[in-house]
Amino acid sequence: MAQLTAPPQLLTTTLGKAIRWSQQQSMWPATFGLACCAIEMMATGTAHNDLARFGMEVFRASPRQADLMVVAGRVSQKMAPVLRQVYDQMADPKWVISMGACASTGGMFNNYALVQGVDQIVPVDVYVPGCPPGPQSLMHGILTLQDKVVSGELAR
Amino acid sequence: MMAEPTATTDIWVSGTEAPDVSEWMVAGTDEGAQEMERDETVERSVEQRGSRVVDDWVVDDSVDDDERMIVNMGPQHPSTHGVLRLNIELEGEIVRRVKPIIGYLHTGMEKTAETLTFLQGGTNVTRMDYLAPLHNELCYSLATEKLLGVEIPPRAQAIRILMTELNRVSSHLVATATNGMDIGALSMMMYGFRERELILAFFEKTTGLRMNHNYIRPGGVAADLPDGWEEDVAEILERIPLAMRDYEDLLKENPIWLGRTRGVGIITADECLAYGVTGPTLRAAGVPWDLRKSQPYSGIEAYEFDVVTGSRGDVYDRYRVRIGEMHQSLRIIEQVVDTMPRGDYKTTDRKVSPPPRQRIDESMEALIHHFKIYTEGFKVPAGETYVAIEAPRGELGCYLVSDGSGAPLRMHTRAPSFSNLQALPIMMADSLVADTVACIASLDPVMGDVDR
Repeated sequence: MAQLTAPPQLLTTTLGKAIRWSQQQSMWPATFGLACCAIEMMATGTAHNDLARFGMEVFRASPRQADLMVVAGRVSQKMAPVLRQVYDQMADPKWVISMGACASTGGMFNNYALVQGVDQIVPVDVYVPGCPPGPQSLMHGILTLQDKVVSGELAR
Repeated sequence: MMAEPTATTDIWVSGTEAPDVSEWMVAGTDEGAQEMERDETVERSVEQRGSRVVDDWVVDDSVDDDERMIVNMGPQHPSTHGVLRLNIELEGEIVRRVKPIIGYLHTGMEKTAETLTFLQGGTNVTRMDYLAPLHNELCYSLATEKLLGVEIPPRAQAIRILMTELNRVSSHLVATATNGMDIGALSMMMYGFRERELILAFFEKTTGLRMNHNYIRPGGVAADLPDGWEEDVAEILERIPLAMRDYEDLLKENPIWLGRTRGVGIITADECLAYGVTGPTLRAAGVPWDLRKSQPYSGIEAYEFDVVTGSRGDVYDRYRVRIGEMHQSLRIIEQVVDTMPRGDYKTTDRKVSPPPRQRIDESMEALIHHFKIYTEGFKVPAGETYVAIEAPRGELGCYLVSDGSGAPLRMHTRAPSFSNLQALPIMMADSLVADTVACIASLDPVMGDVDR
């Protein structure tokens, strides 16, 4: 109450910065688990690694409520159109993390069955290496994405 | 209206005039949705052999077609354990028919296996059932060794049992965790993954990776156990039974859990045998069938353990069987720790195993030998074999054909999840829509294992 005579505490910023900050702070991922990486993605979301620290624990089952698609695992030719449809259903602004070697490049499976890199279907913002990437790697990928968003490098 | 394949165009004998299949080939690629349509000309019981759903459906013809609805579930769905897709035919709230559609994770692994040497093959098979990678490696290695006819040192065998039984515990932890999450017991998800991290930390220390280890290789294992492994395993043996008491408090007598699982997704022993269902699902139906007892591998017959069975074959019994199996696996691990033999961790047969590092510095021949094994791979005598082991999901088999070269001519995996998935339409006969996820979760299918 002694503060009443003091000048009001103000925080000034630009609208763009405020928007980017809020986008970064609550980026909800879509549950798009495909293969081995999905298990590590689940492990990242649970208590031991606790993705909630980055405001991301709310994995949304509906793409319409999600901002981020973590493509976790190998994308087969049969799954590719489904993946694209889920991406199209997501509302803007949206981001994509390609998790693991298979999603990024096809990994060790250079054959008839797999899409050789999910960036052939959807635009990818961050690639996370590993087979499968551990929870720490995924979290590093997520933090990289958040940095890119807040710095305006990935303006949507 | 597209032409349906008829009996005459269905099978084409080469040498005769090829039928015009262009029209129904297009229909045939439409993911099977058209097969769900009613076809009055076909005897209904032929469509889905052995399914009680069909029989009931034939008797009850009073329901108007307008009251039936076909709902698509998946392949992108949080409760289908990956990319399983189901066509579910509903009559109000009752599931009448279910048609699982697979192939959304087809990775061409059996074909890839033909391009990799026997030594490299482990990297491939370990990615099939990614919740039980060590079992896949063990099965592949046992098949290769059977063709090679090499002796595996006792320590390597004991390490294999230790690692696969730990893997069984971690796999069942995920199964129980996801089963809980699907039915709404969200804390089970957190608990299950908490203890899994403990086992995975030990795996990372031993093999270098949390999953997809390529640790068990033809001829033995990739490396000896790390220093201080006894303490790590002792911690696992101490903490997991304590944690499992938490699970029992949470679920065992929980009225909501009982309501959602008791009497749900029942499958009888006869139906299991007819469909080739193995693993916890078969044992929950009351059949004490465990390959560790009936066809022991890797020296597991030396350890004492019981086969856990259920009696009713419902979702609750399958959950109980998994909990019981975790206790039995820990029992095996305890005995392995107590009786771990000393000696080599891989075979000393120089046809399979490269010379030790020290020899390479001393001898040119040893260097060449080492180089040849890691480039060409070792030669495996021509022949074919089938080896099966008890994976967490059931009988995991590896059929291997060698033509005498360094890579397999053909590799086929008998995937437990694939066979178990066939039982889904039977389990879900006349059940409620809400029980669908309970049934899927209790089967614990891994789509990487189904589609390969």
